[in-house]
Amino acid sequence: MPSWIKLVRRADVTRTTVIAVTAASFIFAFLLASIIFFWQGINPVAAYHDIFISAFGSLRGLYFTTLKAIPLLLCAVGLILVFKANVWNIGAEGQLLLGAVAAGWVALYALPNAPSFVVIPVMFILGAVAGAAWAAIPGFLKGKFNVNEIIVTLMMNYIAYKIVEYLIYGPWRGAGSWGYPITDEFPETAQLPLIPGTPIHYPTLVLAILSSLAMYFLLSRTKFGFEVKAVGYNVEAARYAGISFFKVCFVTMLISGALAGIAGVGEVAGLHHRLIYPWSISSGYGFSAIIVAWLARLHPIAAIFMSFLLGGLFVGGYAIQVSLGLSYSVIHLFNGLILICLIASEILLNYQIVLPRGELKWQRLKS
Amino acid sequence: MAATEELIRVAVEAGTPLLLATLGEIYAERSGVLNLGVEGMMLMGAATGFMVTFVTHNPLLGVVAAAVVGVLLSLVHAFVSITLRANQVVSGLALTMIGLGLSSLIARKFVGLPLPVRIPTIPIPGLSQIPIIGPGFFNHDPLVYFSYACVAILWYVLYKTKMGAAIRAVGENPAAADAMGVNVFLVRYLCVALGGGLAGIAGAYLSLVYAPMWIENMTAGRGWIAIALVVFALWDPLRAMIGAYLFGGLEAAQFTLQARGIDPSLLGMLPYIATIIVLLIGVKETLRKRIGAPAALCKPYYREERTL
Repeated sequence: MPSWIKLVRRADVTRTTVIAVTAASFIFAFLLASIIFFWQGINPVAAYHDIFISAFGSLRGLYFTTLKAIPLLLCAVGLILVFKANVWNIGAEGQLLLGAVAAGWVALYALPNAPSFVVIPVMFILGAVAGAAWAAIPGFLKGKFNVNEIIVTLMMNYIAYKIVEYLIYGPWRGAGSWGYPITDEFPETAQLPLIPGTPIHYPTLVLAILSSLAMYFLLSRTKFGFEVKAVGYNVEAARYAGISFFKVCFVTMLISGALAGIAGVGEVAGLHHRLIYPWSISSGYGFSAIIVAWLARLHPIAAIFMSFLLGGLFVGGYAIQVSLGLSYSVIHLFNGLILICLIASEILLNYQIVLPRGELKWQRLKS
Repeated sequence: MAATEELIRVAVEAGTPLLLATLGEIYAERSGVLNLGVEGMMLMGAATGFMVTFVTHNPLLGVVAAAVVGVLLSLVHAFVSITLRANQVVSGLALTMIGLGLSSLIARKFVGLPLPVRIPTIPIPGLSQIPIIGPGFFNHDPLVYFSYACVAILWYVLYKTKMGAAIRAVGENPAAADAMGVNVFLVRYLCVALGGGLAGIAGAYLSLVYAPMWIENMTAGRGWIAIALVVFALWDPLRAMIGAYLFGGLEAAQFTLQARGIDPSLLGMLPYIATIIVLLIGVKETLRKRIGAPAALCKPYYREERTL
């Protein structure tokens, strides 16, 4: 930062400022993407038109946008909680996969003949437990020994990828999969019910929205929510106030992992109906949920809208693949640009930029 | 004997991109900046290196272009995380996403094309005649020799020079380093840029030597392995060499091991599990100091709020 620019910490930030700065950085990201598209000889207006129309312009598009928003919202709500405590869970992806593995085990091996009203709740419960257990390891290590949770959760993502790979190539490879590395299809009793005429598995959608409402309540109305925010604001001060860092870190990680695990159950029991390649089960929801959490400025209710927005971007990614012949990966360019503009704009929220021209002149006169 | 030589040769070949990226990230982290964008910078390096070499028929130009692109991308991270003091984790993740998306966009017309020129293999006279290790280590392309030079130079600079002491001080206690007259921001910018340049070259090695072609997302997680290797190597350039060849060898030997009944997925977990174990060992403060884990990693430096 050049010395002639002065940053003054803002005392408090109004909601209007937050919304304005968020919207501005979102628009700025799309402007940057437009420049890149233009340079690459692609008409950005056509691309955005296709993305918007495919995601939000038809009922079919809205169904698929909703389908993408479900896992994003579940993961994001959990991430909002840990991020509030200033704990960095980058492992929602792995926790989601472990939830999927638990669902697969219940559906194919534990309760293949049980009726739906038994299998489905058991899948959700065990999926949440598996996700929570996967998050418990980094949560415990961080809370107890202050081990860097960023790297541990990242590594655990890759271990989770390998576990799924091991299962679908090895012991769980389906008898009826013609040698492909996928499991058998889940029995019908273990497939989640859909809203008629749509691909939307509503039990997971309901859980996702409930979780975001519950998280709002937890953060704003409970003692634990207060403790989480206190730890996130200042760990040392919170410790003096008698708040256990271990408890906050460990419990927030458990909740975050459980929600990601539920998202994993939804993906395999509601959509794929079998375990498949790990990167096809999730398509990066655990990472993209970080963007949702950030777009929502860590507000659980705002996350509902932001997960739809980002879900729409995913659907749009498929559309420009067809209409403009671009690879699906191109949507990661949008994701990355949005994310970097958002965090770069944070300085505008926390600080007021002052250009002290008069002061400069005065200094020059003095010297 | 021939089998051992071959194993060393493929381990070095597969390990070189990991080594280059790890060396760069070691410097960035030693100065206190975690850059999770390694994967993205490698991808941009791979795409740029391939395209420039394809068009100009000059691999040296390709490698230089890859390094420049890596530096430019890393400077985005440096600006956002050092100057704007935004969150390093999120900024690095964003960089990886940008690298993945941008590389697949700009190089979309080059997918699967054959490279018109090859980087030649140059055996080093004398050294390559040494039994067993000679052919394994000294019968490679110039980029591999470049990585050897990087290990030696970066190790020497980090531990034996004033500049290295400054870098370590900035990563350990930036306020104290600042008081000693070290320009914390400059050191961090330079280290992050070095990391970006080396990650770019690591990517170019994949698309120019190892593959040699451009495929979307061709790094396939090597950037993340490099981040794991930094911890595994205990932030030390020499040990990075051991780690990189170990994991490179594991990658290259996957098919052989599979034939002997060892499951490649389970084997593939080892680097990640090893990294977590190393972090656990680093828990004890005395051990952490001996290991060299930078204390100020991930912490932005606020000069006006300095407390020391």
